[in-house]
Amino acid sequence: MNSQTHVLAADGPKSWTPLLEMAVREVFELMLGSQLTAPADGEETKPDYTAMVGLAGQLCGLLSLRCNGKAAALMTSKMLGVELDKVGPEVADALGEVCNMAAGNFKNKIAGLAEGCMLSPPTVVTGSDYALHSMSDFPSLEVRLMFEGILIVITLQINS
Amino acid sequence: MPIRALIIDDSSVMRKIVERSLRQAGIDLAPVLEAGNGAEALVVLQEHQVDLILCDVNMPVMDGLEFIKQLPGVANAKNVPVVMITTEGSESHVVQALSSGARGYIRKPFTPEQVREHVLPVLAGKS
Repeated sequence: MNSQTHVLAADGPKSWTPLLEMAVREVFELMLGSQLTAPADGEETKPDYTAMVGLAGQLCGLLSLRCNGKAAALMTSKMLGVELDKVGPEVADALGEVCNMAAGNFKNKIAGLAEGCMLSPPTVVTGSDYALHSMSDFPSLEVRLMFEGILIVITLQINS
Repeated sequence: MPIRALIIDDSSVMRKIVERSLRQAGIDLAPVLEAGNGAEALVVLQEHQVDLILCDVNMPVMDGLEFIKQLPGVANAKNVPVVMITTEGSESHVVQALSSGARGYIRKPFTPEQVREHVLPVLAGKS
């Protein structure tokens, strides 16, 4: 068994959802001072921002964070410690960093991944009229959480 | 005497967060110098003397580990302590950074308390 199959077979991606949620919650608590909460059933959002970080190595895939513009601006405001109306073009940078830290924190929680998995620089897409087409071999993991009353969706698509 | 710090990160948001965390940690800072990667930082250090460098690992153009390797060649910065701040949490990254000359290693996400724990001993010359 090579190390790649070991990582995927040891606990299995299905058991990673709680770790993904924990990783995201920690980033928001430590860097934004925000406690994320569980969404009510049927809670939906129209995401205007999608931040993405690629994973390569023992785990190949894509971690994405989707939210609306208000949530993205609020995250930026909290990260920078500035009023919401003072937030400017740094929104994409802030959202990319949140996604990057969530991806890093997640991989550091799984034995073998901290060493054997690299992260790409974050990419942020604005707008909502698009579709992501994954060539993934595995069902994606999804975590839905409320940030200051606004739904954010974190998805891990695993390719191999 | 206020501490002259250079913060190196390709994210301007993260540079501001690190500066704020240093201030929240109670560190008296002079106006902070910033650079978006290791190469930019080497240029900054040609013209400015600093007391402390906080450096990301994964950056374009020149990453943090390469920056540390080149730092001894900069006359102004030979003995300046470097603390790495990064999402890379693997043991090998920590060992690589410390063996290359870094004096501390902070994993993102972090709290101001963690910044204080790692940076104050470095500034006091205990690390």
